[in-house]
Parts: sequence; structure tokens; C-alpha cells
Amino acid sequence: MKKTQDKRVQPKVKSSPLKVFNRRDFFNTVWKGLGLLAAFEMAGIFTAYLFSGKRKSIPEPGQLIEAGLAESFAPNSVTPFMGGRFYLARQKDGGFIALSLRCTHLGCSIAWEEKQNRFICPCHSSAFAINGEVLNPPASRALDFYPVMIDNGLIKVDIGTLKERNSFRKDQLQYA
Amino acid sequence: MGSVFLHLHPKRVTEASVQFNRTFGLGGMAALLIVIQIITGVLLRFYYAPYPAEAYNSILFLKNQVLFGQFIRNIHYWSGVFLLMIAFLHFIRVFFTGAYRDIRNINWLLGLVLLILVVLLNFTGYLLPWDQLAYWAITVSTNIIGYLPFAGETLRTMIIGGKELNASTLQSFYAFHTAVFPLLLLLIVTYHFWRVRKAGGILTQHTSEEPVMIPVVPNLVFKEVIVALVLVAALFTFAVFFNAPLLEKANPTFSMNPTKAPWYFAGVQELLIHFNPLFAAFIIPFGVLSFLALIPFLQYQELPNGIWFISEKGQHSAKSTAKFSAVLTIICIVLNQYILKFEILLSPLPAFVSNGIVPLLILFLLLTVFYRFYLKPIKLNKEELVQAAFVFILTAFIILTLTGIFFRGKDMELTFPWNI
Ligand code: FES
Repeated sequence: MKKTQDKRVQPKVKSSPLKVFNRRDFFNTVWKGLGLLAAFEMAGIFTAYLFSGKRKSIPEPGQLIEAGLAESFAPNSVTPFMGGRFYLARQKDGGFIALSLRCTHLGCSIAWEEKQNRFICPCHSSAFAINGEVLNPPASRALDFYPVMIDNGLIKVDIGTLKERNSFRKDQLQYA
Repeated sequence: MGSVFLHLHPKRVTEASVQFNRTFGLGGMAALLIVIQIITGVLLRFYYAPYPAEAYNSILFLKNQVLFGQFIRNIHYWSGVFLLMIAFLHFIRVFFTGAYRDIRNINWLLGLVLLILVVLLNFTGYLLPWDQLAYWAITVSTNIIGYLPFAGETLRTMIIGGKELNASTLQSFYAFHTAVFPLLLLLIVTYHFWRVRKAGGILTQHTSEEPVMIPVVPNLVFKEVIVALVLVAALFTFAVFFNAPLLEKANPTFSMNPTKAPWYFAGVQELLIHFNPLFAAFIIPFGVLSFLALIPFLQYQELPNGIWFISEKGQHSAKSTAKFSAVLTIICIVLNQYILKFEILLSPLPAFVSNGIVPLLILFLLLTVFYRFYLKPIKLNKEELVQAAFVFILTAFIILTLTGIFFRGKDMELTFPWNI
């Protein structure tokens, strides 16, 4: 009983409602603010410095490679062009497609296996058909390809423009 | 020099803390290896040229024309490997003696950061010789980043500075390997050591008696010198007999079969064979790292007692959890490889469901069963439970890594080590 009474009697400690800014506090805040600002500026400068100089992979259209005359490639055949990093694949129906070497799973170089009639990736054994379609996972996208142009029977491949796709469509082929 | 070295120590330490089997000298060994890395690294910089056209040749020159060139390179390589292993063992030692709690919690986090830094140092160094091994291992590992949702592709292009590995990748890896990461490592290591002293030295077992204090010279320093000499001897022996690997010059048009990740990523690569990349390379590793970072902050009832595996019960539960985890991991690897191909079984579902969420849920289910029927009945306290979880992850990680290194052959198919 007595205790509760005591509590009631206790005077309320008055906390000063206004926080007074003295000079030291003021300058401390200013310094901190300035420091933060400087840090931000530095971070900005560093990022700008580091990323503006990076060679951007700007596609350079017009990097044409002459692959040869259309009739020199048999239907259902694959010819590697390692310098241009593509396989020129002629389908059964005579259509051409220039397939990128890169496996769409994690980027290893695929190899054409004549006997099995498919591309095989040595890294995690994805397999692709002659038109680039996935035959075996883990890859889930068809092989990327480069645009093929055929003028007067001469095949040119534009290795500056890589085209990505999910699956094979007929209109990706070029005919002589 | 001597006095600088001695200043790292207090004048006197407790008798228990200089027992070799308290720490196995692992932290000290790591520090020595860092020094060796810096010395040999600086020496290598005098010959190395960080440009794709010249990098490989500069290594050949170093090997064939420079006196002790191969030897210095070997020491740098092996001390990097040793450093990673020893840092890892140190991390395990600290966990199992409970030296991560209370005042040591920040140091546990710093230790984790250091461990990651050492992995990054090894990884960035891996690319520098620009040989087939380097080129394809780095290609595959950086391509994994592309699977991150939304920003993945942008991030990947940013890190390697283009669509494929190129001159600017090599240059930035070089800058990270020889400047950014070593500097960070030195700064954090120094702070790490300082905090050990601040926490009152090495964590030792609690006893009721007043600890016996003994002078550091000669008691501790004598032991440290012996450990250092043995370590250096082992390192030199390795460097004499085993050359750092170097294959043919990088050839972007031809991938080796199989293309394996560097050994410390073999576990993640093994996961990649079983899970969708989003899960194997991000969700699972991120989950594990967050768990590790949280360990010291879980509010334990008892004080840290510095006893290995906490208690009798802790020892038993750790052992059986390790066994359970090993068996489970092996069964899962084999089953998933030959029979349970989720992608094919559940093919109408998107890949991250069939080959990510589904197997992960099944795993969690199995874990719940294990908890319900084994861990719960034996009534572990929180510390022992956390230990069981740690043991489970650690064992699975080790099994995955060993599988990736020793049991994956041509086309990354499962084989026995003697068939690789
Ligand atoms: S990179 Fe081709 S299957 Fe993985």
C-alpha cells in the first residue's frame, strides 16, 4: 500500500521539450553531413570512372564474312567457320543458318558430331539439332544465330549481329 | 622486425591458450600464408603481362627462361590452395569450439568475409594465365550470373566487360587480384587479429580456477616458430614436386571435355548439375551464407564453454547428423543422375519449378522427418541444434565437392576416380 502511494507522490521528471542546439552539436552535424556528401561524390566518381571506360559490346553490323558459294554446301551438312565463331548449317530442304558456337546453357563451345547428326556440348552434355533446336537438356534455348545473306549465290554471314531465340522457326532460314 | 611481430601478442597469455590442439595454429598459419602470397605475388608481377595476347606467353617465359620462375609460381599457387584450405579449417575449428559468440560475434562475421575474399582471390587468380583451364572455367562460372532474374545478364556483362571474356575482363580481374582484394584482405585481417586480443585472446575452456598466466616469450613464440617452419617446409616440398597447372593457350572455339570448375567451386558445380542455376548458384548458397552469418546472433541460453562439440550429447548428435547427411547426399546424387530426372518427369512445368522448387521441397520434407524422429526426441538445446544444422550443411558440401572433383569424368558423367 505504501509503495503505491510513494509512486504517486513521485514528482515527474521534466524533460526539456526543446532540444537546444549548441555550437558543438551544430558543427558536428555539419561535418558529418559534409563527410557523407564527400563519400557519395567519391562513390559516384569511382563508379563513373570504372564503367564508362569499359569496352561496350556495341554490335557492329556490317562485319560480313564471305562463306562461299551456296551450291558448294551439300544439304544436311555442317561446316565450321572458327574464325567467325559459327557453324554454317545447311538443312535438308536447302535452307541456310549460321549457328553460334556458344552453348546456350553456360557458354562452352559446341562440337558437331557427324555420326550422331547433332551438336554436343562437352561441358554438361547438352545436345542440339542441325537447326539449333535443343535435343537434350540442361540447355533450354535453341542455339543463337547470325543473319545470313545470299546474293548471286554467294553466302555472307553478318557476325556483328548475334540473334537470340527460344526455339527454331522456319523463317530463320535463308534460301539461295 | 622482431618487435613488430611481438607486438601482435600481449605480454602474457593463459597457459591453456597456447596448447596446440586448442587452435591447431590455423589462424597463425593463414597469416603466414598471406605474407607468402604477397611476396610471391609481387615477384610474379615483374614478369606477368595482363593482356590476352601476351599473358600466356609471359607465363611460358616465366616457366622456361626465368631462374626459379616455375618455383615462385608454384609457391604462389600452392600457398593460395593451402590458404583456402587452412582458412576453411580455421572456420570449422572456430565453429565447433563455439568461439563465435557474445563478444566474438563481429569477428565471426569478419571471418566469413575473409573466407569469401580468399575464394575471390583464388578465383580471380585462376583467369590470369589465360590458358584453356582458366578460360573455360571462368566462362562457365560467369555465365551462371546471367541466370539471375532481371539484372543477371546486365550484371554479367558488367563483370566481364562484354558478352564474352575479353581484354577488359582480364584487366579487371588483374586489378582485383593484385590490388583490391589483397588490400581489403590485409585491412580486415589486421582488424580480425585485433579483435581476438580485445576479446581476451583465444577462447579456452571455462574452469573454476584462476587461469595460469605465462609469458609469451618463449612459450607461445617458440611454438609459433615451429608451426611456421613446418608449414614452409611442406609448402616448398609441394612446390618442388607438383607444378601449378598450365594447359594450352586459351582457345575460344574449343571447349575441353569435361570442363570443370576450380576445385573450391566443384560443390556448386555439382549442385548445378542437379538444380536449376537460379537455385544451385544463388538461392541455396545465399541461404547457407545467411544462416552462417546469423549463427552468432541467435540468443543462446548458456555461456560459451569452449568445449569441442559443446557436450556429450552434442558430439553424438553431430556424428549421426553427419552420417545422415552423407548418405542422403549420395543417394540424391545417384537417384537424380539416373532415375529421378525432375525436368523430364515434370516437363510441362517451368524449369525453376520442376528442377528447383520441387526437389528443394522434397529435401526439406526429408529434413523435417529427420528432425521430428531423431533430433527432437533427444532434446537438444539451441546451441546443439544449430550445430546439427551446421554439420548437415558442412557434410553435404564436402560430399558434393568430392563428387565434383573425383567422380565426374567425360561429359560430366558419374564415374570412378580411376576412370577419369
Ligand atoms: S555449357 Fe553446354 S551444357 Fe553446360
